[in-house]
Order: sequence, then C-alpha cells, then structure tokens
Amino acid sequence: MNPALNSALSINSGMAPVATPWFFYALAGMAVLSGVFVITRRNAVHAALALIITLLSVAGLYLMLYAPFVAGVQIIVYAGGIMVLFLFVIMLVNIERSSKERAFNRMWPVGLAAAGALMVLFASAIVKGSHINDMFRDRLMPLPESTNTQQIASLLYGEAGRMGQYTFAFEIASLLLLVAILGAVIMTKKKI
Amino acid sequence: MPNFIMSYLGSTVTPGEAGSQFWALIYVLIIFAGVSVAVICMNWIERKALAHFQIRLGPMRVGPHGLLQPFADALKLMLKEDIIPAEADQFVFWVAPLIGLLAAFTVYTVIPFGPSQAVSDMNIGILFMLGVSSLGVLGIVVSGWASNSHYPLIGALRSSAQMVSYEVAMGLAVVSAVLMTSLNASGTGTLSMIGIVQAQQQQGVWFIFKFFPLGFLAFVIFAIAMVAETNRAPFDMAEAESELTAGYHTEYSGLRWSLFMLAEYAAMIAVSSIAVTLWLGGWMRPFPNLLHAPAWDFIFSLFPGLTFGGLAAIAMIGAARMPAHSFFRIQRIGLAVFAALLAFSALLLLVIAIAGRSADTSVAARFREGIDYVYWFVLKVAVFMYLFIWYRATWPRYRFDQLMRIGWKVMLPISLGVLLLTAIVGVILP
Repeated sequence: MNPALNSALSINSGMAPVATPWFFYALAGMAVLSGVFVITRRNAVHAALALIITLLSVAGLYLMLYAPFVAGVQIIVYAGGIMVLFLFVIMLVNIERSSKERAFNRMWPVGLAAAGALMVLFASAIVKGSHINDMFRDRLMPLPESTNTQQIASLLYGEAGRMGQYTFAFEIASLLLLVAILGAVIMTKKKI
Repeated sequence: MPNFIMSYLGSTVTPGEAGSQFWALIYVLIIFAGVSVAVICMNWIERKALAHFQIRLGPMRVGPHGLLQPFADALKLMLKEDIIPAEADQFVFWVAPLIGLLAAFTVYTVIPFGPSQAVSDMNIGILFMLGVSSLGVLGIVVSGWASNSHYPLIGALRSSAQMVSYEVAMGLAVVSAVLMTSLNASGTGTLSMIGIVQAQQQQGVWFIFKFFPLGFLAFVIFAIAMVAETNRAPFDMAEAESELTAGYHTEYSGLRWSLFMLAEYAAMIAVSSIAVTLWLGGWMRPFPNLLHAPAWDFIFSLFPGLTFGGLAAIAMIGAARMPAHSFFRIQRIGLAVFAALLAFSALLLLVIAIAGRSADTSVAARFREGIDYVYWFVLKVAVFMYLFIWYRATWPRYRFDQLMRIGWKVMLPISLGVLLLTAIVGVILP
C-alpha cells in the first residue's frame, strides 16, 4: 500500500484500516483451496459446499477492496440464491452413480493449458502493468465506505436528472435478463 | 487499561464505528446471552400459549407453572445420546447445524437496538442481513441431504424451493421501504439499519403508515414472507410432522437437534427485528414527534419499570393462587421469589427512569435513554414473536402447491406493484 493511500485511509476512518495483508492471505488462500476442492471432490454436494466457501471468501476480498455493496450482493445472489438452486438440482441427481464416474475426462490437458495461459496473462499484466499509470490506479483514493453504495447508484442511474455513466449498459443487461427469464418460461411451458 | 476500557463510554456511536474492539466484544457477548435467554423464554411461552389456545394447561410439573421446563429440556437434550446414522455423510451431517446457527447469529451484528446500541452500523446493513439470513437455508438443505434418508431429503427440497420463492417477494418489499428513506431534501436513501430508523424519525412517520396503504402492503408482504423464510407454521413445509415425521431434522438427536431449534428461534427474532426496523420505527417510542415534551419523555420512560411491575404482579397472583396443599409449598416459595426478583428489577428501572428524567448528560440520563431504546425495540419484536405463536395455533398448514402459487402468483405481483407505486408516489408527492 502506498503512503498516500495509507494516509487517506487513516484520515477517512480515524483509525488504522482493519484490512491487513493477513486478511488478504487468509481469504485468498481459503478461496484457492476451496476452489481446488470444487473440482477434485467426487461428491457433488461436497463440491457445492466448497464453492459456497469460495464465494464467501471472494465476498470478503470485495470488502477488503472497500466495495461493501458488491460484497453484500455477492452473498445474497451467489451464496444465498444461486447455490441453494445448485444444491436443489444436485439433490435430484443420483449421487451414487455420479461418484463412481471419472471426475476428469480426456480433455483435462486442454483445460490445464488454458488455465496456464490465463495465469501467464494475468501475471504479465501485473508485472507490466505496474509501470503503466492507467492500468492499476492505486493512486486513486478509494471512496469512503459510507458513500460507496451511493457512488455505485449514481454511476448506474445518474444523479440530479443526468443519465449515469453506465445507465444504458445497465438497462440493456437487465433487458437481456428479462428476455432470458421469459425464454425459460416459454421453453418449459408448452401451453401458456 | 482502565482508560482503554472507559474510552468508549460517553460516545454516541456504535462500538464498530468507534473502532473499539473491546466494547464490540462486550456487545456481542451481551447479545449472544440475551438471544439465548430470549430463546429459552420463547420456548416456554410457545408451549404455554399453544396449550392455552387449545384449552390445555401445558407444562405444569417442572417448577411453578412449568417455569423450569426449558431448563429441564435443555439438560435432557445435552445428556441425550447423539446419534449419527451409519449411512449419513458424517462431516456434512456434523457441520449442517452449525451453518444454520452461524447464519442466524451473525445477523445480530447489525441489528440496531438503539442509535448506538448495536455492534456495528454497516453501510450495507439491510443487504448484509438479508444475505446472511438467506445462508441459513443452506444449513437446512445440507442437513436434509446428509441424513441420507427420505423424509429429511424431501423436507430439504421443499425448504430450498420455498426459500428461493419467498426471498424474491421479501426483497422487493424491503426495497420499497428502502426507497422511502430517500424522500428527504438530498434525495439520498440509505441501506444502514440505523440510518433507516433515523430516516423514519426525520420524516416523522413509521414507514408502515407512509403512503397508506403502500407502506402497509409492503409490510404485510414482508410479514408473510418472513414466516415462510423461517419455516414456521403455516408454512412449515420443511418439517411438516404429519407428512415427513420431523422433516429435515428427523435423523438429528440430542445437542445437534437443539442447535437447529436455537437457530430457528434466533432467525425468527432476527427477521422480526428487520420488520421492526424497516416499518415500525425501530427503537423509537410511540409518537416521538407528536408528544415530544420532556414530560411525555418521562411518562414513556416509566413503561419498562411498569412492565416488569405488571409481570411481578402476575407472578405474585400466581403464587397466591397456588393450591394450599403442602405438596405445592416449595413451588409457591419459588414463584414468590421469582415475583420478588421481577419486582426488584421493576424498582431498579423506575429508579433509573426517575433519576435520569432531566435532559442533561448525566450517567443516569444516558442509562435511561439506553433502556428506553432497548425496551421499545424488544417490545415490538416481542409482538412479532407472539404473532408467530398465534399463527401456529390458528392456521392449518398449506399444501406445497398452494404455497408456491401464493408465493409466485400473488405475493410477487403485489410486491412489484407496491414497489412501482411507491416509486411513482415518491416522485409525484414532494
């Protein structure tokens, strides 16, 4: 953390930030470890539980990045909503048969290569990006926690009658989701 | 060290905001103990009230009027053999009750018992509460699956489907209340639990009465959805005892089973607190803006003491009406001692209310304020807890398809309509 950021934080909150590196290492380690469990457990329910832990640790990482709104939405939507649906579906699957099947099919070298390529991409971005000012703007002051949600709202919806920066993209995305919902209803129901 | 401990006293913000880990820990312990005691009381009241609804006596043998029954139950559950079925998934079976319990108790960090009587005031308080309390269903789902038995699995499947359906209507009702917080000069709302109550204070109206009947409708939708979310009658499909023996916790016994009970009641208190905070003015006493003279403050601050005095009187009458047989002597003495304890608490509360009646910042005045806030909050929550019992005694269980139809075809459209109308009315009316 650079000094400017540090001083900004201590001025904003009036105390040392709780988000120490140890929190990051603990959360990141938990996310990676349970992420590995997701793909290695034969039992689908165990994998789903590991995925929940991954999602919760990622929510913790969002909190460390001073994005409480995103963290809250992550818990509600993913850990609370989607994972319950996942478990619902998994319980209808015959666990005993699926646990006897091979966990990895013959495509795993391709997957490994793709994951390796992605990792190289990220690593090079981090190494090279630290020389470029625009890439990682850590000099940008983080928003104080108390107004973070309002800032997201004004970016998405705009303020004082002005359209927000991302209003159009946001509305298009929600329209897409609405179409997907309607599509799912129409596909499952023959007669409406 | 004393300086460190005392540094927070006299501050008017939550320990989380003041950055005082020590006081945050104290608050956490107080809340944990308070909720556990409340669950014990709730256990007794529920058995007693249900019995009286059905013209029975309920527990009468263990202690006077069965007052010691919850303790006997707790002792029995702790000593009982803890069975894990041979075919169960050992680890998941072990961890499932803990998930529910953790989710139910984590929520309490943001519940505002007063403007500074909360562990922490988060910027995303209501989101955090909804999110974490929705994790509670994972405990139910996972326990039903790990038992490796038919009834628990069906209970878990029902529970997950029910939770996901009612969460939608619940979330929309909450959004319409959050929308009302933004009706101020700056046009900025808040998601913080303390901020929501303060918004009601500024606007001079509980949100249940705001834009009548819109606020009321949103409240009703939340009140129905919260019964479904906590798996209570008439929506207790997950543990429908006439169909599924005991639903998701059929295979559980002993301490583990009691953890499920604790989690269920803790979750009930937590969702009631959300309803109280969003629609019923949280810690505010009735009519804070209409009857705002210091004399009214004083009169309303007598209520906690009078409540305890009333309870003491009821216990005293109970002791006096005990049969005059020598068999009941110990019970009569026990009940009289209980009444004396209640009367002593009443006296203490009255003394604090009278000593702190001046509006200065003396210790007694701060104590009186704190007691008032917590009292009115707890009283409102207690009304909801009684309603939970009342529903259970009054209404038969829904069939599962009826439950789903109501959730998706009645509650969801109404809550969407209420949300839209609230937004429109909020823009039109200044």
